Amino acid sequence: MDLSFTAEQEAFRKEMRAFIATAMPPAIKKKADDDGHFEMDEVMQWHQVLAKKGYIAPHWPKDVGGTGWDAAQRFIFGEELERSGAPVLSPFGLSMVGPLIIQFGNDAQKKRYLPKILSGEEKWCQGYSEPEAGSDLAALRTTAVDDGKGNLVVNGQKTWTTYAQYADWIFCLVRTNSNVKKQAGISFLLIDMKTPGVKAVPMLTTGHTPAFCDAYFDNAVVPKDNVVGPIDGGWSMAKALLGHERTLIGAVGTSTRALARVKRIASKTMVDGKSALEHPGFRAKIVRLEMRLESLRMQNYRALAGAQLGHAPGPESSILKIRGAEILQQCLELALEIMGPSSVAWFNEAGVVDPGEQWIASTMNYTRATTIYGGSNEIQRNVIAKWILGLPASA
Amino acid sequence: MDFELTAEQKMLAEQAASFAKKSSPVERFRKLRSTAERDVVEHGWETKVWREMAGLGWLGLAYPESVGGMGMRFFDMSLVIEKLGTTLTPEPLIASAIVAGTVVLNAGSTEQQKRILEPMIEGKTSLALAWTERAGRYDVRAVTTSAKKSGAGFSITGEKVFVENGHAADVVIVSTKTDAGLALFAVPKGTKGMTVQRIKTMDGKAAAMVRFESVEVGADALLGEPGEKASRALDAAIDLGAAAACAEGLGIASAVLDMTTAYLKTRKQFGAPIGTFQVLQHRAVDMFVEVELLKSTCILAAIKADDPDAEERKRAISISKAQLATGGKFVVQQAIQLHGGVGITDEHDVGLYFKRMTVLNASYGDEEFHLARYASRPAFVADAG
Repeated sequence: MDLSFTAEQEAFRKEMRAFIATAMPPAIKKKADDDGHFEMDEVMQWHQVLAKKGYIAPHWPKDVGGTGWDAAQRFIFGEELERSGAPVLSPFGLSMVGPLIIQFGNDAQKKRYLPKILSGEEKWCQGYSEPEAGSDLAALRTTAVDDGKGNLVVNGQKTWTTYAQYADWIFCLVRTNSNVKKQAGISFLLIDMKTPGVKAVPMLTTGHTPAFCDAYFDNAVVPKDNVVGPIDGGWSMAKALLGHERTLIGAVGTSTRALARVKRIASKTMVDGKSALEHPGFRAKIVRLEMRLESLRMQNYRALAGAQLGHAPGPESSILKIRGAEILQQCLELALEIMGPSSVAWFNEAGVVDPGEQWIASTMNYTRATTIYGGSNEIQRNVIAKWILGLPASA
Repeated sequence: MDFELTAEQKMLAEQAASFAKKSSPVERFRKLRSTAERDVVEHGWETKVWREMAGLGWLGLAYPESVGGMGMRFFDMSLVIEKLGTTLTPEPLIASAIVAGTVVLNAGSTEQQKRILEPMIEGKTSLALAWTERAGRYDVRAVTTSAKKSGAGFSITGEKVFVENGHAADVVIVSTKTDAGLALFAVPKGTKGMTVQRIKTMDGKAAAMVRFESVEVGADALLGEPGEKASRALDAAIDLGAAAACAEGLGIASAVLDMTTAYLKTRKQFGAPIGTFQVLQHRAVDMFVEVELLKSTCILAAIKADDPDAEERKRAISISKAQLATGGKFVVQQAIQLHGGVGITDEHDVGLYFKRMTVLNASYGDEEFHLARYASRPAFVADAG
C-alpha cells in the first residue's frame, strides 16, 4: 500500500507542467488563466502544439503514434492538462474513433484515418444520439441500406452532435438490419461530412456556445469500406470502447482547478465584512465540496493503481463518472452562488465582471451536460445495479 | 501508487473476517447488548474473547515489540477493525487497544509503557481514555478536570463523560489541566475517590461517566510530563480513534449494503422482487458509491494515521471522518429505508448497524469538527492565492 507517486513520477509531473505552461501560445494562455471558452480553431491550434511534440495521443499504442507512457504517466499528463486550463482536446478522433479503429479496424482503415487524427488534419464528430434515441441508444433509426454497388445509403438524423459543423468526418452507429434484436442490427460507419446529402445544422447550447448540431443524412452514399468491423457488429464495438482506460473520467483535475477558482472568488468577495472564504456559511460549503473532491481523488487513485497493474476498468469506473460530474457541477454552482448579484451577468463587454468570472455563468450552464453525456448518470447507475450489485432486470 | 494488500495483510484481513463470522456473529452482540429494559451483562463484551484476540496478536498489532506488540502499522490494525465491524463485534479494540493504549505509548515512560501496555496486549486487562467533558465537545485541549500537586503525587478533581469502555477498564487514562499545561494520568480501577457510573449507549454498548473527587495518585501515575508533548500525544491518539471509527464504519457500511442488496433480490411486492424497481436500484447504487468512496478515504486515513507529519495526518483523517459522517450515514439510513417496515423492528439487524454508525459519527469528532479542522489548515486558504 503506497499512496504516493514515485520520485520519477513526480519529476515527470513537473516536466509536464513546465512543458504545458511554456508550450501554450500566449493568447491561449491568457484565456486559460481566465478559464475562458475556446473556439474550435484555438482547440486545434493547441492540438497541433501537442501533436508536434508527440504528446497528442498518449493512450494509443506506440507503433501508431502513442507515447509509450504507462498508465500513471498518462494519468499525470491528462491531469496536468486539466489543471492548466488549456483547451480541452476534441475527444472524438483521439479518444473514440481512433482507439476503435486501432482495435477493430483493418489495415487500410488504420493507414487512412489514424495519421490525420493525430495531425489534426481531419476533425471528427460522433453520430450516436438521435431525437428518439438518447439513453436508449440501441433504438436508433438512422438506416444504412446496401445499394448492391458496394455502398450503403444512409438516411436519418443525429442530434446533439458536438461540433459537427467543424468536423470533416462523423462516426455513426447506423441500423443495417431491422429484422433482429435492436442491438444486433447496428453497424459502425465512418462518413465524410462532405458527402452529398450530409448536412450539419448548428444549434446553441444553454451555455450559448454553438457546441451542438443536428446532423441530417438524406440518401448519403457511403462506401461499404467505411464500415469498421463486421456489418451488424457495431454495438459490441461501441460498448468495448467503454472498456478502455477511464482513469480521467472523473475530471478530478478540472474540478481541482474549478475549486481553486471558487476559492479565489471567495477570497475577494466580501460578505458581512469578511471574505466569503472566512464567512461561516460559504466556508462550510467550500470545505464540504473540497472534501468530496478529495474523496474522489482517492477513488481515482485506486482506479489508477488498478490500471497500472493492467486491470481493465470495471463498472466501478462509473463511480468516477457519477460523482466526478456531480462535483464539477457543484463547483461552478458554488462559484456563481458566491458571486451573488454579479452572477446574473451574461456575455457582457469587458469590465462588467472580472475577466476570471466572465465565463462562469456559461460554463455552469454547459456543465449540466456532464451528468448527461457519455451515458447519463442514470444509465451509469443502471450499469452498476446490473453488473456490480447483480440486481434483477425490471419486468 | 499501490493499493494492493500484501500477502500478510490479506491473511490478516481473512483471519479477522473468519473470526467475525465464526466467533462473533451479530447474534453474539445481540445477546451481550444493553437495551432499554435490560442492563448490560457484565461488560457488554467478553473477557474470554478479548483473550482470544490477544492470542491472535490483534491487541498489540501496531505496538512495538518492546511492549509485547507485533510492530505492525495502524493500517494493518484497520483491516482487523473493519472486518470485526461487519458483525458488530463489541470488544473494545478502539477504546482500549488503539486510543487509550496509544496515549500511554506516546506519553508514558518506558516503565509505564511496560506496566500498563503489556498486560493489556496480553488480554489480561483493558484500558479506557477519559477525555471528553460536558462542555468540551471534541476539543482535546478543552479540559477543566484539574490535577494539583499533593504531597509526592497529585490530586485529581473533575468529571469525564461518555467514557468508552470506562465501565470495564482496569486502568483509566485521564486528561487534566495543571499549572504546567495538559497532563495525563493513569488511574487504576477502584482508586479512592474515582466513581465509575456505568451507562447505556444508543448502540447497545456501555460507557461510563467517571467522576474524580480529590483522587490521590502517586507521581508514577503521571504519564511523561505535562505540557505540549502530552497534548500532542492525546491529539494523535484521538486521531487514531477517528481513523479506526472510519474502518469500523466501513465494515458496517459494507455489511448493510450486502444485506440490503440481498433483500432487494428476495423481497417481493407488486408481484416482483423489489430490486427490479429502478428507483430502488438507483438508491442501492448510491449506497454502493458511498461505500466505495468510504473505502478510498479509509485507506487514506489508515495509511496517514501514524504519519509523523501531524498536518498530513489530520488532513487525511478529517477527509475520511467527514465521508463517514455523510456517506456512512446515508448508507445506513437508506438501508433502513429499503428494508421498509421490518427495518424499524428491533429484531432486524439493520437497526443495530444503524445505531452503531450513529454512535461512531458522534465519536472522535463529528462532521462539523472535521470540516472546521480541515478548513483551518493554512493550505486551505493558500489555494485561493
